[in-house]
Amino acid sequence: MRTSHLATRAGAGGPRYPGWLVLPAVGWYVVFFLVPLCFIAVTSFGEVVGFSDIAYTWTLDNYRYLWDDFFGEFHLYRDIFLETLKLSVIGTLSTLVIGFPLAYYIARYAKHKTLLLLLVIVPFWTSFLIRAYAWLIVLDPEFPVFRALGLSGFMERHEILFTPNAVYIGVAYNYLPLMVLPLYAALERIDWSLVDAAQDLGDPPWRAFRRITLPLALPGVLAGSLLVFIPLTGEYIIPVILGGNKAFYAGNLIAQQFLESGDWPLGSAIAMVVIAALTVALVVYARALGRSEQHS
Amino acid sequence: MNGRRLLGGYAILAYIFLYAPIAVVVVFAFNGGRDVLYWQGFSTKWFEVALKTPEITNALKFSILIALGNALVACVLGTMLALALPRMRPWLRTPIDALAYMTLVTPEIVFAIAALVFFVQAGKRLGIESPLGWHTILIAHVVFNASVVALVVRARFVSMGQTLEEASYDLGAGPFSTFRQVTLPRLAPAILAGGLLAFTFSFDDFITSFFVTGTDSETLPIYIWGQLRFGVTPAINATAAMILAFTLVVVVVAYLVLRRSGQERESGALPGV
Repeated sequence: MRTSHLATRAGAGGPRYPGWLVLPAVGWYVVFFLVPLCFIAVTSFGEVVGFSDIAYTWTLDNYRYLWDDFFGEFHLYRDIFLETLKLSVIGTLSTLVIGFPLAYYIARYAKHKTLLLLLVIVPFWTSFLIRAYAWLIVLDPEFPVFRALGLSGFMERHEILFTPNAVYIGVAYNYLPLMVLPLYAALERIDWSLVDAAQDLGDPPWRAFRRITLPLALPGVLAGSLLVFIPLTGEYIIPVILGGNKAFYAGNLIAQQFLESGDWPLGSAIAMVVIAALTVALVVYARALGRSEQHS
Repeated sequence: MNGRRLLGGYAILAYIFLYAPIAVVVVFAFNGGRDVLYWQGFSTKWFEVALKTPEITNALKFSILIALGNALVACVLGTMLALALPRMRPWLRTPIDALAYMTLVTPEIVFAIAALVFFVQAGKRLGIESPLGWHTILIAHVVFNASVVALVVRARFVSMGQTLEEASYDLGAGPFSTFRQVTLPRLAPAILAGGLLAFTFSFDDFITSFFVTGTDSETLPIYIWGQLRFGVTPAINATAAMILAFTLVVVVVAYLVLRRSGQERESGALPGV
């Protein structure tokens, strides 16, 4: 009610900052963001001539190549895309599982909320590369703590470093703050006397949690999931540092076309497929969300 | 009560998880040997090495300059956007909003290669010999950081209400003097916060910089990446430790300042005046 009232008032004219103020930013977005995206859309229909020149021939070959792979015998690229989906889902779920109790504790019980929240953000402000590199040391079988505990042999047998598992750990670690912040923002607004009331009226704690806390925390869960899931679909850094040769995802595939193979048209086509898949996933997600809201 | 204690214990474990790997990096910055895995006695020599390696200091200076320039441009563009958007007609506002959000949610690798293709092709068309360099990094960073600033500033601008701006307009002030005398003083903390975020994102950015950089422009993350691929020395740990210490000082100062201004607002200052 209140927002609609404000909205009509805002729409009804009155003094305001002039609209042309948006022009520099919008111009910047259009020239350096939208146009470049159109460039890769166009490039994806091109082909390589000579060493690195691109001919814009409007060929469908790059997409046909990917199509044949996806639905043909070899499905090398399809597997990479499925692995990317798996990485994004595992990363989202693990940060949610690790982050929720932490956000819950800070929001409901902690005395120095701002300080504890800052402590979650500080690692996020440390270099992303350094945080991935830290696990390169910590997961090494020769890491002094493992040697001191006599676990080096155990670590070597159950190899973790340079496998997808190392990538999952690195992802959970690097993306945790992105999940905790929106979770905290949602949990912090909850009136905990509601939960107490439910328990006083006979709900066991888990049911009070399911019926009151969880629905109220849902916006935070959804926001955090998007913040983690979307960048993970293009994750490039962590697999290179922690995954060795055994972990390869869509982001690495795109980078490979541009850095090593020099096949920019194919790399552009793969990027377009990532964007298309992401758009479809987000639309499905939004639909499912709308439906679940209608039900409740 | 029991659940509370359990969660408290869990929170401690979570903070250990968050900080132990960083602590390991910092501890090995003080390693006497060349290896990052074998402890060979305490030494501060790697800090000296890091500070005397021109590649590191140059990359650091370059990163700071790019991050500062980016924060400045992003603050101007983002604040202008944040001031005009809230009162725009929906049919104009919605697509601009969507565009700003798109710059934040597009996977970075996709934007990075798009920017690369764009700069190279534009350079060819315009006949520029080597189109990539510090300016392309700066341009690309501003794209998503303008949105970051706009997001932060707009939230504050909308929540503080605009009655004072209306009064200022009614009294005959134009948009420029209204901004300088009424809006800017109240919006300054939000603009500063947005600028700090923009600085951090740019300073820490690797993927975008890596793809649109030229041969002579190396940011600190690009340098670190090269070291990670081809053999690390504790000098990297020392660099990371110094950056971390710097970050911590800034955070603590910001926290104390915010807490003090928050207390002042609660104890003094009449509400609504």
